[in-house]
Amino acid sequence: MDLFAEGIWKAFQLLAAGDPEVLRIALLSFQVSGAATLGSVLLGMSAGTAIALNAFPGKRLVVAVVNTGMGLPPVVVGLFVSIFLWRNGPLGSAGLLYTPAAIVLAQAVIATPIVMGITVSAMQALPPSLRLQALALGATRVQMVWILVKEARLPLMAAVMAGFGGVISEVGASIMVGGNIKGYTRVLTTATVMETGKGNFEVAIALSIILLLASLVINYLLTLVQQRERPR
Amino acid sequence: MSPASLLALEGLAVARGGVQVVDVPSFRLEEREFVAVIGPNGAGKSSLLLAMMSLLPRAAGRILHRGREIRAERDAVALRRRMALVLQDPLLFDATVYDNVAAGLRLRGLDRRETRRRVSTYLERFRLADMADRAARRLSGGEARRVNLARALAVEPEVVLLDEPFSSLDLPTRQAIADDLERTIRETNMAAVLVTHDQSEALRLSDRIVVMNRGAIVQSDAPAVVMNHPVDGFVASCMGMETILDGVVRRRSGYEIVVEVAGREIDALGEPLPGESVYCCIRPEQVLIEVVDPTQTSSARNVFPARIASVTSVGPYLKLRLDCGFPLVAHVTGESFAALALAAGKSVFASVKATAIHVIRRAEGSAQWPRVA
Repeated sequence: MDLFAEGIWKAFQLLAAGDPEVLRIALLSFQVSGAATLGSVLLGMSAGTAIALNAFPGKRLVVAVVNTGMGLPPVVVGLFVSIFLWRNGPLGSAGLLYTPAAIVLAQAVIATPIVMGITVSAMQALPPSLRLQALALGATRVQMVWILVKEARLPLMAAVMAGFGGVISEVGASIMVGGNIKGYTRVLTTATVMETGKGNFEVAIALSIILLLASLVINYLLTLVQQRERPR
Repeated sequence: MSPASLLALEGLAVARGGVQVVDVPSFRLEEREFVAVIGPNGAGKSSLLLAMMSLLPRAAGRILHRGREIRAERDAVALRRRMALVLQDPLLFDATVYDNVAAGLRLRGLDRRETRRRVSTYLERFRLADMADRAARRLSGGEARRVNLARALAVEPEVVLLDEPFSSLDLPTRQAIADDLERTIRETNMAAVLVTHDQSEALRLSDRIVVMNRGAIVQSDAPAVVMNHPVDGFVASCMGMETILDGVVRRRSGYEIVVEVAGREIDALGEPLPGESVYCCIRPEQVLIEVVDPTQTSSARNVFPARIASVTSVGPYLKLRLDCGFPLVAHVTGESFAALALAAGKSVFASVKATAIHVIRRAEGSAQWPRVA
């Protein structure tokens, strides 16, 4: 218990002192996970909307595959992204392995099915005749999709939160494709794992507190956006 | 085909889920015309409206707007922007009342000032001015219907298609909204197509009534013609002919005929010849009820001793089911019911003028509607 209390106290001292190494790690974490979430939102929401709004053979199978992808184990993603980026792999020539870009790629692979799956269910939950109503109001196909996206904005924002939450807290893939290189690919989760292994609990606790607080702040901001234009 | 028709359907066939739901060889809607479409559930009324807006894939046929055929999706969007559709379910967007009414205008790219002006006008017209900032999803049923109508009409379409816009509303609300709608449509000179189950609404609002059954138009005429000269028993039933009796013409003298129904003779007017099978259609409001034999005092040719089989209250009047040897339905006011001391089981005399009986020649296999509602 003393260890825990002492760890927390030292963590707050570290945070208050504004340790540059801790701040660099925190900043990189949010840059990497933010970029991965952005990519997954662009890809996952468009693909999810297309899947939800179109009828095609094998649609149920596709939805089942997407839903399965929502629970992809990060280490499996890390393994396959590593193979892809490995020197002899299909994307080896790009030289991305052990770079922040590799972590972005791996995290995007994890987040995309989460965003896509929630988008599919959000769009499918809208009344089918809403599409008809939008078209009847004179909407083009693009305008109709935009109306539906606006109608589903609450669950879609939840998809963004779920995607970000999934990758900011992920460690397996980041350590595998990023390598936890100090000052270059070290992020909050990989640093926490390393510091815990070394017995530097106060640093690990400080990193965990940053992770928790930052997640809370970001999700709170997203919730504000989600609720902002909801009329009363 | 007149090129001047505002909207024309030619040989239109629409299938949904493998079933043909619309099969209309020809339909035309003229400028400022108000058409009511009636028919039972599943008759294809709503599908016809959706097809008019090119919202359903066509199996065959053409849609023409002022003589110009709608072919590509771009044409269809342009057509829809000249029309408005009001669905039974308001399906308001998750936004304020103002934003809902502005939705169609914004889709058309109207500038903010013109949008504000139009929204204000239509909020006023539908008595919504004081709730512009309210959440549309939190309105009462009647208010939501008003917003739905304001949203559709704010774009000032050439044609508004209304799919039972007043269903499941209480009578006063229904009446108030219908009045506002009718006034707006007449003032703005737009054409309208109203799908309704309510024949009195169809009669009150429309210039023409279209009766549909199984995807096809059975009759399309002026309200008085459809009401008084239904082309068949189905239309008669749709238009509130609550008594439709099987009979055979026994005698004919000029235009006067005598029809035998269940062993009794009914005097009527019509063209069928002796021996022909016919339907005699009688409106309930055309049946008079007396407690003493009116033969000596009335001009009615048809007087039938009857027993009141049942009494049902139907809003402002009472509906009597009579057994005259054949079933007959009559409507009486509450005052008459009390004055004559009527009650179920009581013996009375039912009389109907020969001119109040609509006779329809019976086609083979045409008896597919409820004879007495």
